[in-house]
Order: sequence, then C-alpha cells, then structure tokens
Amino acid sequence: MRRLNLWHLLLVPLCLVWIYPFVWMVSTAFKSEREVFLGGLSVLPDEWTFDNFVRAWDTAHFGAYLSNTIVFSVTTVLIVLLVSATAGYALGRGSLPGKKVIVGLLIATMFIPHGYTIIPIFKLVDGLGLNNGLLGAVLATAGPAHVVPILLFMGYFAGMPQELEDAARIDGASYPRTFFSIMLPLAKPVIGTVALFNFMAAWNAFFIPLVFTLGRPDLRTLGVGMYSFFGSEATDWGGLAAGATISLLPIIAIFLFLQRTFVEGIAGAVKS
Amino acid sequence: MLLLFVAFTLWPMVASWWYSFFDWDGVGPATDWVGFGNFAEVLQSGAFWHAFGNSFLFSLVAIFVEMPLALLVAILLNSQRLRGRNLYRLFLFLPVVTTTAVIGIVFAIMLDPAGGFVNGLLTSVGLVDAPITFLSESYALPTVMAVDVWKGFGITLIYWLAALQTVPDDLYEAAKIDGANGRQTLRHITLPVIAPIGVVILLLTFQKSMNPFDLVQAMTEGGPNHATDVVATYIYRYAFDPYLNAPRYGFACAAGVVFGAITLVMTALQGPLLRRQYLKGSR
Repeated sequence: MRRLNLWHLLLVPLCLVWIYPFVWMVSTAFKSEREVFLGGLSVLPDEWTFDNFVRAWDTAHFGAYLSNTIVFSVTTVLIVLLVSATAGYALGRGSLPGKKVIVGLLIATMFIPHGYTIIPIFKLVDGLGLNNGLLGAVLATAGPAHVVPILLFMGYFAGMPQELEDAARIDGASYPRTFFSIMLPLAKPVIGTVALFNFMAAWNAFFIPLVFTLGRPDLRTLGVGMYSFFGSEATDWGGLAAGATISLLPIIAIFLFLQRTFVEGIAGAVKS
Repeated sequence: MLLLFVAFTLWPMVASWWYSFFDWDGVGPATDWVGFGNFAEVLQSGAFWHAFGNSFLFSLVAIFVEMPLALLVAILLNSQRLRGRNLYRLFLFLPVVTTTAVIGIVFAIMLDPAGGFVNGLLTSVGLVDAPITFLSESYALPTVMAVDVWKGFGITLIYWLAALQTVPDDLYEAAKIDGANGRQTLRHITLPVIAPIGVVILLLTFQKSMNPFDLVQAMTEGGPNHATDVVATYIYRYAFDPYLNAPRYGFACAAGVVFGAITLVMTALQGPLLRRQYLKGSR
C-alpha cells in the first residue's frame, strides 16, 4: 500500500505537465494585454478581461471560423454516416456479387499509406468546381473510404435476424424503406460511435481544410484560422490564447460528456 | 458508395503514380512527360532524405519512448488500489481529443524565449541562467518531438490499458498463491499475455507517428532552416506553398510515392512479426 502511494509522486507531476498547457491557455485568455506582456507566472489573472475574446471573435474572425468548423464537421459526419451505413448494409446483408473482393480491397487500403494522395484529390475536387469551398473540403474528407465505420456497420447489420427483413418485405416495404425505417434506427449504437469519432476527426482536421481554403480566408476552420492568426499576429498572445480556447473548449466539452464511448471505442480498436 | 471509393481512394493512388511521371504545375492537363526524372530528383535530393530521416525519427521516438512510457503508466493505472486512477487517465488522455494545430501554437507561445511561460518558470526557479531557445535550429526537432509525445501519449495509454484488461484475473491469483512477487508477476504473467496485442499497438503507433504534419506545420513550418522538416511538410511546400510561383505537382507526387512505398515496405516488414505473435496468442 505504501509503495503504491509513492507512485503518486510520479503521477501527479506527470499529469500537471499534461494539463497545464490548457490551464495556461485559459488563464492567458483572460489576462490583460499588459499582464501577458509582462509575462507573470501566476495562474489567476490580476484583472479579468474579455478583451481577448472580443478581439479573437471579431477582428480575428473566430466567430466565423467557429461556424465554418461546425458546418464542416456536421456535413462530414452526415456524409460518412450515410455512405458507410449503406455500404455496410449492402456488404453485411444479402449476397452482393463480388462482396469478398470488395471487403478485401477495403481492408487492403487500410494498410497502404495514404495521405500523400492529396494532390489527385485536390485536382479532382477542383475539377468538380468545388475548390475554395467548404463543400470541397467536406468531400475530400468524407470521400475516401472510411474502412473502419464500414466494417463496423457491416458486422452490426450481418448480426441482425433475417426475420426482420422478411417481415418488412411482407408488409410491403421497399428495399430502401426497409433500410431507412427498420435497419438504420436499430443501428443506433454504431451510428453513435461512428458519428462521435468522425466529428472529432473533422473538428481537429487541419491539412485538408488548409489546402482547400488557401484562396478563401473567410472559409477557414478553427485550426486553419489559428494557424494564420499566428502567422500574422504572432505577438498577440492574449488573442491567440482566446482563439485557442474558443477552438478547443467545444471539443473538450463533448469529450467530457461522452468520455465512456470514446475510451471504449479506442480500446475496442485494439482488441478486435 | 462504390463511386466514392473509386473516385477518392483508388483513383488518387493510381493518379499519384501517373502524375509523378510529369513535370506538371497543375495548370491544364499534365503533358510534359519526364519519365523517371522526378523520381531521380527525389532520390538524389538531400532535403528529401533529411525530411525522411526526421519522419522516421518521429516514429522511433513514438516506438521507443512513448510506447514503453505509456506501458509503465498503464501498469500503474491498472492497479485497482490506486486512488484517483480515473482522474489520472482523464488528464493524460485530454490532449488526444484536441486540435493538433492549435496545440502546436499554444506550445510555440509557451516555449517562447522572450517571456514565454516555460522559460519564465525555469529562470525564476534558477534552473537556467539564460532562456532556452526551444524552437531554434538546434533544439526545434527534439522540442517538437516532445510535444508529439505529449499529444499522442494518451491514446497509447488507452491501448495498453485495454491490453492489460485482457489478462484473466485467475492468472494473477494463481501467481499470488505460488508466492510470486509483483515484479515476477509482471515479468512472467502480464507481459507474455499482452505481447500479441503489443504488436498491434506497435503497428498502430507506427502508422500514426509517420505523419506529424499538423504539429510541425503549426509550430515551425518545417524550419528553422528545414531543421524540423518532415516528408509531409516537404510535399506541402512543393505543391501548395502560397509563396511558390509555380507548384510542382509532379515532383510532389513522386516524393509522396517514394515515401508511401518505403512506409509500405516497413509496415510489411512488421507483418511476419504480427502473424507470429497472433498465432502464439491464439494457441
């Protein structure tokens, strides 16, 4: 027991290092410009001010970036859900010709390094006339096959009793109708996991939104906005800290609410 | 769905290969066939291999520093009697869910030599006389790597914790009855049982660590003087840098293809290891 307590001596400083940047960020965001400039070490600001937030929100356009990020993330999640659920349904149930080949191909692409295929994707979206738009960035993010969600949906749908489908057909439901009003509502747990993880990934995305908004500064997402704010106003630490707080608080809040699903989802990835 | 898959997954892979044979600035169709010219240039480019070396270093740090450290902490946090273990886990995991680019900038400010928090703290407790220039040419690479470990630590920790959960309780009880001490239990029970999953974690960590674009671009843009350049920032510079007069898509594609091929080979090398452990685990 005593030896166990000694470990706290290691864990407490470690955790401090891990969360202090967030504490620093929030505290600096509330400090006055003068206090930030003087570089005091205290956690609590001498005088609390909202100036930094006002500056970040209006002058540095973080208000617009926030709504861009929400639009970008929500649309991405919806497309990923729709595509991977339908794909998972088609692959998980019924006898689609060439099913094994498709699944094999999907799994193979998991192991081939990608992320370096951005140039063809960029040219493709550009060719569709969607460059310099949020929709282009959404397509580039949601378009590439999301193998893990597809496999999750596939496994889930494959495990459903055949009677459900038969009953729906006898009642006269068409194939799409069966899917949307019977099967999809039953897949809520998978929908939740997939939505959560893709929302987080989209919110934190940087590379694709950066590339697709190079010509349209007004469409930047929070991460990209933060990057360009740092590029132009590297000395406005208070404003930067406020911008960072605006960017991170929503995702941290979501995480704290849905912690369990997060941790279980990640742990599940290793076990299976 | 098949259309999307072909358009956004298969086509880009094939197209990267195809474009890499052209000297192409992205305006109009690619017509200027240069054969293997781009590849020759990539392979002979010192800057590319420098960036490649850095990418590889990021992986090495993730595998040899982050993974063992996370395992150690996971073993501690797995102990039922440790108080506050959920809180510790929460704190260590928090960076994982945050935006890498934003984190990079927060760290860049905190590490600033002129008035940044870290140097302020170090000088005020008297650990250093002069502020450390964390993002200078000589220190930038280790600094960015340390932030990378900070950011990714939580996810590796959760992986290990999941692995530790798979050890059956009766094994521990048997060990206790046989009079094994903590270290012996760890050495002869815990580690052998989690080894197969460890290989999966190795693969996941490797894949994640090869692409630190967001962090590097946000903190240093590959600088100063290319000291922290990784393959992703290298490619980005040739294809998308706004200060570039004419992008070199063909060349950037060739660099991507070379890097992709080498990572594929390195991943494939881990394959037999994976299979052996898997067989061992299922026996």
